[in-house]
Order: sequence, then structure tokens, then C-alpha cells
Amino acid sequence: MTSAFDEMGEQASPRPAYTGVAAWLAETPAAALSAKLDEAELIFRRTGITFAVYTEGGDPERLIPFDIIPRVLDAREWSVLERGLAQRVRALNAFIADVYGPQEFVRSGKIPAPLVLHNPGFAAEMVGLRVPAGVYTHIAGIDMVRVGPDEFYVLEDNCRTPSGVSYMLENREATMRLFPDLIRRHRIRPVSHYPEELLGTLRSVAPPAASDNPTVVLLTPGSYNSAYYEHSFLADEMGVELVEGVDLMVEDLVVYMRTTRGRQRVDVIYRRIDDAFLDPLAFRPDSALGVPGLMAAYRAGNVTLANAVGAGIADDKAVYTYVPEMVRFFLGEEPILKNVPTYRCSEADERAHVLDRLHELVVKDVHGSGGYGMLVGPHATKAERAAFAEKIKATPDRYIAQPTLSLSTCPTFVDNGIAPRHVDLRPFVLSGRDIKIVPGGLTRVALREGSLVVNSSQGGGTKDTWVLDG
Amino acid sequence: MRIRIRHETRYRYDGPVDYAAQVVRLTPRDHEGQRVLSWRVADGSGRMLSGFEDGYGNRSHLVTLARRHEESSIVVTGEVETADTSGVVAGAIDPLPSLYFLRRTEATTPDAAIEALARAQEGVADPVERLHRLMLDVRARVAYEIGSTSVATSAAEALARGRGVCQDHAHVLIASSRLLGFPARYVSGYLWDGSLTGPAEASHAWAEVRIPGLGWVGLDAANGVSPTASYVRIATGLDYADAAPVRGIRRGGAGETLAVSVEVQQVQAQQ
Repeated sequence: MTSAFDEMGEQASPRPAYTGVAAWLAETPAAALSAKLDEAELIFRRTGITFAVYTEGGDPERLIPFDIIPRVLDAREWSVLERGLAQRVRALNAFIADVYGPQEFVRSGKIPAPLVLHNPGFAAEMVGLRVPAGVYTHIAGIDMVRVGPDEFYVLEDNCRTPSGVSYMLENREATMRLFPDLIRRHRIRPVSHYPEELLGTLRSVAPPAASDNPTVVLLTPGSYNSAYYEHSFLADEMGVELVEGVDLMVEDLVVYMRTTRGRQRVDVIYRRIDDAFLDPLAFRPDSALGVPGLMAAYRAGNVTLANAVGAGIADDKAVYTYVPEMVRFFLGEEPILKNVPTYRCSEADERAHVLDRLHELVVKDVHGSGGYGMLVGPHATKAERAAFAEKIKATPDRYIAQPTLSLSTCPTFVDNGIAPRHVDLRPFVLSGRDIKIVPGGLTRVALREGSLVVNSSQGGGTKDTWVLDG
Repeated sequence: MRIRIRHETRYRYDGPVDYAAQVVRLTPRDHEGQRVLSWRVADGSGRMLSGFEDGYGNRSHLVTLARRHEESSIVVTGEVETADTSGVVAGAIDPLPSLYFLRRTEATTPDAAIEALARAQEGVADPVERLHRLMLDVRARVAYEIGSTSVATSAAEALARGRGVCQDHAHVLIASSRLLGFPARYVSGYLWDGSLTGPAEASHAWAEVRIPGLGWVGLDAANGVSPTASYVRIATGLDYADAAPVRGIRRGGAGETLAVSVEVQQVQAQQ
């Protein structure tokens, strides 16, 4: 593999955005950084921020390592990303609205009909339902990677219940406490207004019948969920009730919250429960987490769910390959952000190519997440590749393959000092009546030398992400 | 034919229940060969229930009872005017493309036995004839026997057992039709059997298969016929779970007894 693009560049002649950070690293002794790392760990332990990023399972009490060296994007880089992200999420929402509405994208042959209609992410329960502002993925987490100075790719779209935004907020808090001087030397665009923007987004999509002051709640599966910290944190920051299924009830197709002062009508539910568990009368009958009758109230137009049921149709890894076409079809624009070139194993010639070059490709299960169920060809043994080839041949529709990208690196504080480690970026895109994107997002870093897997379940950490003011 | 229906579902709980909720799909809609003259879905006290439409276009109602109770009921009454269309269903509300109905579900995943059953009539070129024979094969292979299966029984299990009720006949026919590339769906409804000997059997289920050139065609494998004017079509879906007349949940109570009474009778046409 060729050497990766480093976002800081040489410490002696850093790229402009990193001038301040490089100088700071040069003047700060390793022992001082090490002491700050211990301090950071204490801060995070005290806050109680212990959860796996995304739904990855594993030990929910585990602390995700925080790397104290920030990742920096300059204003020009961000402005391109920002426009590209807004465009992409507008197209994703238009696609979902079309899937559950007129199905013109399918009908015009832009995507194979079975890929949509037979997809596990397709929810017949949503057909014909019009949602406020035509928005289905109100909170989208778009995973980006960088391979060169001006070369960013979208790795995947997370349109269901993307998590990790609390890390973005807590990481900034931590940097401000640990390195106030470093912060003062830069003009960094703030992120702390995210909860306010989130609340504004949710309120903007209240059902038409709601009052001018709609009631928003955050629905969590409960304290055993690995992301419970984030749920309570966001509810707290927004000043809305954090509720579980048993706190809500439906009567005459209206959702109410039980409170000490009697019941209160609920207009918008920011739900962090998967579709399958939302309503035992519509989905899994054994779900004790959901609210019986919620889908009925939703279908009647009396409540807004964010994100919408069935939004997962847009973040299937096979559907991903059609997103650039969605941008052209629904918006009449050229996509600003690029997809990673992707082979569809469902197509015979592409499959043959993939099987030939397994040693240089990354193969992913279209329904998998969190770095599970994938093969990183260059790092796999011959036997592992042979076993995976059999899986691809048995169920080709389940797999896509991509070249192993040489992800950019950022200086990272590791056991033996400062060293480059590979990173990705998850910006959070809020869609209501308008689109709002808090500058930056969550940077994940693969802490193991040479590793390209940034998932926290596989030894990944996070970094504070700065967007510098012009 | 004019058909009058009264369908009462009564829940009696062993011990008090604090909360119970049901979604019912018990409202017919108009299409060629079926016109709803009057229809009412109410709770035990006669209060009309709140309605909504599901993704399949099924008219549905939600009942929730959030206070302590030991019994509850849902009463459906109405009249429908029907005509024989030789099983062809035209003009029905169809929000989903027919291709969707090739999708497999847990209840309709075929096994080797279903595949063999489906392929048995491979030599028959005419799709109508082929599906008709398939329907009769399903009927021959699954003997009608009340209580032999449950709502959770899959098509493969019912075929292996060789016994089942109309729901199982529908599932087996759906699973094998889809395997042959024909979109197929589950239909729940009522059947007036002409003699009123068994009112419990008046709630019925069958399959609809999409046949090129004809559209959706009803096939009742339990009786080996296409629906006639004696059938009232209520709800559709991929399988029983989508079109179930009632889906319920409760909190509290040790158990429940469900009593269902269905009366379907022909109303003499007025001169």
C-alpha cells in the first residue's frame, strides 16, 4: 500500500490548518501530553460517557479512548463538505419519500425494483404515508473518508438512528478544559449548539395539527442500551422528556405521555429504538420496549417519528451504490460528494472481478454494520479469503466490494509518542424544514498501527474535530 | 348477493388487566364484485373505534383500554353487496406493486417439499390451469382439520403435517406460487357457506395470485375454488401476520379467553 495522506503533513512544514497544532506538539513534552491523557480519561469517567459508537454490541461500560490531538479541517474544505452533505441528504430524503410514494426512481429503471421491494429495509407499513416536510431521515450520520488533499469519499450513509454525536460534543468540552491555550490560539467554529439545532429540527416537523409549541420526547430502549448515555445526555441538553415505551400510550390514535400531572399529548418522538421494536401491534409482537398502537397514530398523521420508520431502505450498502444517481434524478444536480467505487456482487461480471481480486478488496455484507461480517482482503489469510469467496458465491446479493482505500492519517498520541493513525469522519446532518449541519462531526481513529478499522468495537478511538473559521 | 355480517370478538381475562390494545382489520372496501352498503366497528359499549389505513390499504381500527378491566369486546356489523367475478379482483385499492408480493416471509418460506409441490405441474403451460391444479394439489395434501395448527404455523410445517386450516392452505399456496414467480398475497375475509351449519368457519382466508393478463385472482385452496359471491374480502398482506383480523397485546392478567362469534347470512333481495 502506498503511504497515506497525512492531514497535518510534515511537522516541520505542516499544512496551513495545522500550523498551530504542529507548533503546540513541538513545544509540549511527551510527559505533559501523557499527563493530559490521564486527565482526559478522568473527565470522561466522571461524565459517565461510556458506550459503543453505533450499535456494535460489546461491553457497554467500556470507555472509548479519546485521543487528545484534535483533527483539523479548514474553512474551504468544510464548505465543500457542507454543501455536499446537504445535497446528499436532500437526495436521500427524496428517495425515501419516492420509495413509499410514487416509486418513480424504481419505475424509471434507475434501481432494480427487487433491490427496493424485497429489501429487508423496505417497510410496507410506510406505503402511502406522507410525513411532514417529506423528511424521513431527520438525523443522518454520513461516514466520510479522505484519501488526498481534496479527495473525500462517502463510505456509508446512516439513515436510521446514527449515534456518536454526544462524543462530538464531549470531545470539544474535553479539549476546552484540557488545552484552553491551544483553543485560544485558533478560531474554531463551535459545535455546542447541536442540541438546540436538533430540537429546532424536531419541532419543525411536528404534525400539522400540533400547537405552536409542540411536545417533543426522546424515546429510549432504556438504561441497558449501549447508547443510553447519549439518549439521556441529548434529552437533557434539549430540555425534553426522556421516555421509555411504558411512559407513552395511544388513545384514539393520539400519543400521550404519562406525567405526574396527568397525561400530555406528544407530537414528535425522537426515537432511538429500532423499527422492529417500536410497536408490538405492527412489528415484533414480543417487543416490550415499544408503544402499542404507535404505528396507528403515525399512520393517522397524529405524531411524527424521527427518524421515520423504513428510513433504512436508504442506507442499505447495495442501495448506497445508487446514491449519486439519486442526486441527479431528484435534484437535477451533479453530486458534490463522491461514492467509493463499489462492485455489486449481484452482477455476474462484477462478481467475477471481485472473486479475482479478493486480496485487494474490502467485501461487506450489505446488511452488516459495525465492521462485522466484512473481509479486508489485504489483511486476510488465504484461507479466510477462500472461505469468504464461498459465501459470496452462495448469496451474491448480500455482498458489495470496494478497493482498500488508503485512509488519511492524523497525528495521534499513542504509547510510544505521536504517530500517524488512520481516521474517518461522521458529520451529523439535521433535516427538518431546513438542513442544519454543525461544523465538523465525529472523527474516529484506528488506534492500532496500520489498522483501517475505526469502529470502536475493533479498537477505534475518537478525536475532537475542528473546523477553522475562514 | 347481499350478505349481512355480525362479528363479535370478546376477551375475558383471568384476573384484572391494566392495559390492553388491539389493532383490528375487519372492514371491507369496495371493488368490482363487492360494494359495502353499511359497516360499523365499535367497542362493547357501542362506541365507534378510531380508524386508519395501513400500508396495504387495509382499513384498520385501534382499540386501547388503559384502565383496569377483566373483559372487553369489539363488535363489527354491516352489509355487503357481492357479485361473482370468477375470482378476478379488479378495482381494489392496491398501493403496492405486484412485484412486492414475491417477497418471502417467515410463514411462507418454501422448503424442499413446497418446491416439489410447486414444480409438480410444471408441464402445464397455461398459468390459469397450472395455478388451479396447484390449488387442488394443496387441498389434497393438507387435510382440513380445526385445531391442528396455530397462527404461528408456517407453510412448510403445515404441509409436512398434512393437516391445517384455511390459513395454512393459503400460506402453502402463496409460498408455492411465489416460488414459480407468481406474486401472491394473503386475504382474510368472510364466507357465507349457504347452510350456516358452522358459524365459526365463517371467518375465512384464501390467496390471491397475480396472473398475467388477468390481474389478481382469488384462489381458495381450502375449498378448491375461486371466490364467488359468497365471499366478502376484507384485508390483504404478505401473510397472516399482515392481514390478521385482530392483533392484540395486554399488560397484566394471567391468561385470556378469546370468544369469537361470526354470523354471516344472506339477505333476501328486496323486490
